[in-house]
Amino acid sequence: MDNEVLLQLNNISVVYSDVIQVLKGVSLAVEKGRIVSLLGSNGAGKTSTLKAVSGLLKPENGRVTEGTILYGGQPVQNESPETITRKGIIQVLEGRQPFKYLTVEENLRVGTATRPVGPYRKDLDMVYAYFPALLTRRKSLAGYCSGGELQMVVIGRALMAHPSLLLLDEPSLGLAPLVVKEIFTIIRRINEEQGTTILLVEQNARMALSIAHYGYVMENGKIVMEGPAAELAENPDVKEFYLGMGAEGMVRSYRDVKSYKRRKRWL
Amino acid sequence: MTTRKWSFHPCGNYRERYDQELTVFETDFGRLWAVLGLVLLFGAVPFASSPYLLYILNITGIAAVAAVGLNILVGYTGQISLGHGAFVGVGAYAAAILASRWNVPFLAAVPAAGLIAAAVGMVFGIPSGRIKGLYLTIATLAGQFIIEYVLVHWESVTQGTMGITVPPAGILGWSISGDLPFFYAIYLVLAVMIWMAVNLMRTRYGRALVAIRDNDRAAEGMGIPIFPYKLLAFGISSFYAGVAGALWAYYLVSVTSEPFNLGLSVEYIAMVIIGGMGNMAGAVFGAIFITGLNEILRFVTEAFMNMGILSEYGLNLAPLREFTFGLAIVLFILIEPRGLAEVWRIVRSNFRLWPFSY
Amino acid sequence: MDFFLHLLVNGLSVGFLYGLSALGFVMIFKSSSVLNFAHGELLAMGAFLFLALVTWAELPIALAFLLTLAGCFFLGFVIERLFLRPLIGEPLIFVIMLTVGLASMFKGLLLFIWGGNLRTYPDFLPEWMGLTWGTISVPPVYTAVLAVGTVFLILFGLFFKFSSQGIYMRSVADNQRAALSLGVHVKRVFALSWAIAALVAGMSGIVLGVINGINVHDLSAIGLKVFPVVILGGLDSIGGAILGGIIIGLLETFTGGYLSPSLRDVVPYIALVVILMVKPYGLFGLKEIERV
Repeated sequence: MDNEVLLQLNNISVVYSDVIQVLKGVSLAVEKGRIVSLLGSNGAGKTSTLKAVSGLLKPENGRVTEGTILYGGQPVQNESPETITRKGIIQVLEGRQPFKYLTVEENLRVGTATRPVGPYRKDLDMVYAYFPALLTRRKSLAGYCSGGELQMVVIGRALMAHPSLLLLDEPSLGLAPLVVKEIFTIIRRINEEQGTTILLVEQNARMALSIAHYGYVMENGKIVMEGPAAELAENPDVKEFYLGMGAEGMVRSYRDVKSYKRRKRWL
Repeated sequence: MTTRKWSFHPCGNYRERYDQELTVFETDFGRLWAVLGLVLLFGAVPFASSPYLLYILNITGIAAVAAVGLNILVGYTGQISLGHGAFVGVGAYAAAILASRWNVPFLAAVPAAGLIAAAVGMVFGIPSGRIKGLYLTIATLAGQFIIEYVLVHWESVTQGTMGITVPPAGILGWSISGDLPFFYAIYLVLAVMIWMAVNLMRTRYGRALVAIRDNDRAAEGMGIPIFPYKLLAFGISSFYAGVAGALWAYYLVSVTSEPFNLGLSVEYIAMVIIGGMGNMAGAVFGAIFITGLNEILRFVTEAFMNMGILSEYGLNLAPLREFTFGLAIVLFILIEPRGLAEVWRIVRSNFRLWPFSY
Repeated sequence: MDFFLHLLVNGLSVGFLYGLSALGFVMIFKSSSVLNFAHGELLAMGAFLFLALVTWAELPIALAFLLTLAGCFFLGFVIERLFLRPLIGEPLIFVIMLTVGLASMFKGLLLFIWGGNLRTYPDFLPEWMGLTWGTISVPPVYTAVLAVGTVFLILFGLFFKFSSQGIYMRSVADNQRAALSLGVHVKRVFALSWAIAALVAGMSGIVLGVINGINVHDLSAIGLKVFPVVILGGLDSIGGAILGGIIIGLLETFTGGYLSPSLRDVVPYIALVVILMVKPYGLFGLKEIERV
């Protein structure tokens, strides 16, 4: 807990189209070299938090209206994505957004956009070493790859940019449990071997907490809970709402009044 | 609420029912101004104008009819037509042929020309049903060229490059000729056409068109059949073009195919953009602006040509007309995309609130 | 038979030119979904710039050619920067109207400077470039067009297939959001595609000028013929643009030769309407790869 802080969000608010407020004072810190996961249900504001960091709010008419985002001590809120990516923050978008009409290898090459000149061979080899499955598909159009392969393509694409901070948005979305496991193992390897700091947004809380060092829980545009991953995984509320277990280890209904009240307290 | 009071503009939106949103005139003062304007237009303007000015006014009126029609398509339905000039041409030829071959009277020939233009327009609107987006624009571009070709080469009907001379217009035995009678004819038609357009937009059909413009998928989800409505908008807009063409034919007496080229279509688009898309008054402003600009540029060109030594430059100035049109379109899109109507609204509200601007 | 062959050769060369002219148009559409109605004026800009450099500045042909290409590249860049960039994110209808306005502006400007008369370049192609097979002779210009056009196409293919910049440009056309997330300079890509499109247009303009003479009205009319070509080939397909160009070129020459010369200019548009009704995405337009 005494590591250097790489990314710090101080009480940020995000507003879309000048009227729709989705984040209401979010603060979080990501330490260098760690995997931090951000949990929460749909619409809690996880993706908006990532976009606020990566600058991708702007094309969607969103804006950080209050608070600061510090990256390595420098404020980066409301910068353009071109600038932010060049500082080493790369976001992997939710729902795998491949370049469908480009081959797998061309997809990976787009990852060099932040440093257009210079060799990229070694980086390609590095990505193929993490994802050997891509090597055999390198000449085929990304549009015809399977979901798992595409997830590898988009993570690999981001790795090509040599990110210091990787923002992963729901890498498990729509994938078979085995594939999810494989992807998460690789994510951890990337973190350990490349020293890449990772901020991971997930619905699959169990998976996320299993590889993360620290975690935050979001509800309705606010952070409602935080703690080391292992502690969070043991927390009765998290267990109940995100890991699908009742306090006594049983599956319980949401209609249960008591848990409803407890949930209410967070908001 | 049966009692009527003289109403002023409230400072805020105090509407409580949907039919209040639908009113044409927000206040009785607005209605009064409209009536006063019409009285002034028909009672005083023609007598205060020189023949030349009257001619300009008539040309402007005809252009305004066409522009209001194009505005229904572009401004309210969000479809661009690059063939509006050609559809005006169809109307002009239709009226000329009806009048000269079959002696169809003025009162019947004008709406008939509108209907014929609408039918032709809808044929070119068919591709818009197959595919979304900008394909209609391209189809109308094709329409422009095909119609131009037909007007020139279908000699047995259109008399080719010779053109057709239109017999004088008459209503119930009175003949309409000269600038003044035509002023009344044109502006009556314009008033009726605007009244029709404004009221069309208050009906479910008008709202369906706006819904298609704003989000065609959502509109379809709400149960609006997109294709028939697009075709309807296209038909209505071409109907207006046809009526304008018929007035044009009668007023200028002879019809040739030359004026109805792509340049004219661009002029109409310029009127809609510069006036303000999706605003009826805007189309009229645009027509005034473009016709006025046209005349000023012609005046400047002629002045240069009459200055002896400069005549060579004067000749070269003619293309500047095209340049100025383009520039006007570009500047309005970049600076005030909502057009003159928006400028007018701002000026008016400044006046209304003067001297207390808050 | 001779007449047929003559028309065939003619149609192929004209069609190749149409295809070449359409290339730039397709590029702009692919990267930024803008239908450029000022494309014919870009052709004319190139043709007149070359004319000015050759006749007024009296530069050597090769130098003038390169300078014209550079000038067009720059012009495309400036157009994007000044007029198109402020409209990023605005409704497409405004963008299209803007190009219509630009077309009008450029046309007026060119007419103002050079007038509406037909002008020609001084003869600079050597005789040996002409080919003769029996009774069919191909004038030197057509050989030159074929050579220059092919070289350009190959360079283009290589650029887009292998160079990093080319791949970035394709990535923007493919998925703008994803490209943005990886730090691709999307605005720079737009500017670059306008610049390259203007360059290709300028080159096509020169070639057209060599063959038909230089006239603002004719060149801007050819700019509009791009529409039948790209609709036939598919709005977003570069290969389709070339093939569409050739088909339209053949259609035109054969209609002109066998049916009626006056029908020649309108037949591409008739084809356009028919295609729109029958096969709206063209022969080679990308079918959406649907994945959920």
